[in-house]
Amino acid sequence: MNWVEILRTAGASLVAHRLRSALTVLGILIGIAAVVLSVGLGLGSQQQVGAQISALGSNLLIVTPGSSTSTAGIRGGFGSASTLTVSDATALANRVAAPDIAAVAPEKDSSQTLAAGSTNWTTSVIGTTDSWLGVRSRTLADGDFFTATDVENASAVTVLGSATATELFGTTNAVGQTVTINSQPFTVVGVLASAGSNSTSNLDDEAVMPITALANDIAGGSTRNSVSTIYLKAASQQTLSAAYQEADALLLNLHRLSGSANADFTISSQNALLATVTSVSKTLTVLLAGIAALSLLVGGIGVMNIMLVSVTERTREIGLRKAIGAPPTAIRRQFLAEAIALGLTGGLLGALLGILGARLLPTLLSTTTPVIVSAPVVIGAVAVSMIIGLIFGVYPATRAARMAPIDALRTE
Amino acid sequence: MTAPSTTAGLPRTATPATRPVIELRDVTKTYSSGSAAEVQALKGLSLSVGTGEYVAVVGASGSGKSTLMHIIGCLDTATSGTYLLAGENVGSLDEADLAEIRNERIGFVFQQFFLLASLTAWRNVELPLIYAGVPRRERQARTLAALERVGLADRVNHKPAQLSGGQQQRAAIARALVTEPDLILADEPTGNLDSSATEDILTLFDELIGQGSTVVVITHEAEVAARAHRTVRIKDGLIVPRHGDGGVTHMVGLTR
Ligand SMILES: Nc1ncnc2c1ncn2[C@@H]1O[C@H](COP(=O)(O)OP(=O)(O)O)[C@@H](O)[C@H]1O
Ligand SMILES: [Mg+2]
Repeated sequence: MNWVEILRTAGASLVAHRLRSALTVLGILIGIAAVVLSVGLGLGSQQQVGAQISALGSNLLIVTPGSSTSTAGIRGGFGSASTLTVSDATALANRVAAPDIAAVAPEKDSSQTLAAGSTNWTTSVIGTTDSWLGVRSRTLADGDFFTATDVENASAVTVLGSATATELFGTTNAVGQTVTINSQPFTVVGVLASAGSNSTSNLDDEAVMPITALANDIAGGSTRNSVSTIYLKAASQQTLSAAYQEADALLLNLHRLSGSANADFTISSQNALLATVTSVSKTLTVLLAGIAALSLLVGGIGVMNIMLVSVTERTREIGLRKAIGAPPTAIRRQFLAEAIALGLTGGLLGALLGILGARLLPTLLSTTTPVIVSAPVVIGAVAVSMIIGLIFGVYPATRAARMAPIDALRTE
Repeated sequence: MTAPSTTAGLPRTATPATRPVIELRDVTKTYSSGSAAEVQALKGLSLSVGTGEYVAVVGASGSGKSTLMHIIGCLDTATSGTYLLAGENVGSLDEADLAEIRNERIGFVFQQFFLLASLTAWRNVELPLIYAGVPRRERQARTLAALERVGLADRVNHKPAQLSGGQQQRAAIARALVTEPDLILADEPTGNLDSSATEDILTLFDELIGQGSTVVVITHEAEVAARAHRTVRIKDGLIVPRHGDGGVTHMVGLTR
């Protein structure tokens, strides 16, 4: 008996029991659709988070001060909480000492109340240099960013986040207006384009100004030279690790420290953050897919159940087929083919439903997270559905093949 | 639908078997279903049927007729004794080999027809050829020929439910002879048919014998047995010697 005849026979008997076949297929269909969707959702959120993180600035290294006090208490005391200084940033910007660091932007933060006319608004004021815009991958919606000359001269100018500008000036153009911070007037020279928010802060609610102006007019005193973060930009993804080495060596030397073990700063990269978030979302994907796979298993048991019912119900047919010369292998193949056909049909329809669902789901849940349906996942899911048919079909098919022809014929 | 017209000059007289198709020697069959008492359905039965013979097996219900037919048809195996089918000892064969023998050498006709309800008459008749691995073109020619032989050429696309009892049994006979077997085995083939359909089937058997087939038919109807060339009576699992030619049945089986 060749495969054409086996498939024809299997097809005929599945069609003969349409409703039962359809319900069995439904079990597999739901399982496969669930797998395709959950994996797609996982991949989608992974991609989305990845995109959000790289939007914060690509090829970025972030230097933050280490703990202010060691366990021995030796380095505790005055100014120890701010181990990073403006001169550190200047040193890092030296293209000879650190050739792989393309740009440097120190940040000094201070929470201040901004006043404009009768309105006021409390936000985070960031003191930095003119390279900030490029290092943080930001763009301007209006006006200009402050220049190197502004930093040198500690000019009383500021660039506002889009939300901050709206809070203070409403629909009026903010550029050219004056805001008062710590009783000092600052001229608004630009407004940043919206960048959304990351996990910790609203990137649209801030006021950026020359670090010198912040030190002189607002956050002076003993900590005037300290900075809270230094952002380093490597020339490319490939030079990121070289840039890391250079920054580490340079800062250890500047701080007169013998090795990384007692460093009073931390250098982290977007990659590390990306890896963490990716691994979290991978775990989630695996969990979701696991639940979906469980439903697939239930679908598989459904196939087995129906095949067992079918074998019992068709005992006489099996007996007759054997009487007219069907060998055990032909009977086994016939029932296996039926089980595989059930699985495969469920798999194909499930994949189709998954692909359709992937398009509709974001709209239905009104999220921006895309559901990514990739070819390997679809092909894999369909293959799995076939294998499920095969695995859960083996036992019923073997049972049918082993029936003694005479007992099968005699069954009522 | 009338049966094909009877060929004149039939039946021929029983020709002495040149080569036995069936040779049973001291065959016993004991059913032991678990804890229930054992039943010995055949108690050392010997029988020989030659090529071209038309044999009727008669006997009371429960005498062992069906058991005998299942063993002859390789659907079941004897508990002891030997069975040679066309000279081949089938006692030692496995299920795959037995399936092949059933397919090539034996054609079954059952009281309940046993046609597959979801298939057309054509597909039902074609089935043994599919298992035999006969190529499509040849299969179609032989299926059509078999259906023509039983007078069902105009009913090929009907499903069993759309056929009368007599037509269903004729389709079953077409299925039995499509592989051109050495032997056609019929267990009460007319048991579910009215007298006119019974006559159709018997005429068909006469024709098959005329064309050289070997037919063994189990029946408890006298009119069916009367058409055969030889009647074998079974009682309590043994063949009853006939008056007059007593022992002939055994003689055929034992002479070599
Ligand atoms: N599968 C079986 N299990 C147990 N006993 C059986 C079985 N088949 C037949 N028998 C017994 O064997 C004897 C012969 O049965 P059978 O060959 O069917 O007789 P017949 O066909 O002449 O009516 C009967 O006593 C019957 O009850
Ligand atoms: Mg019987």
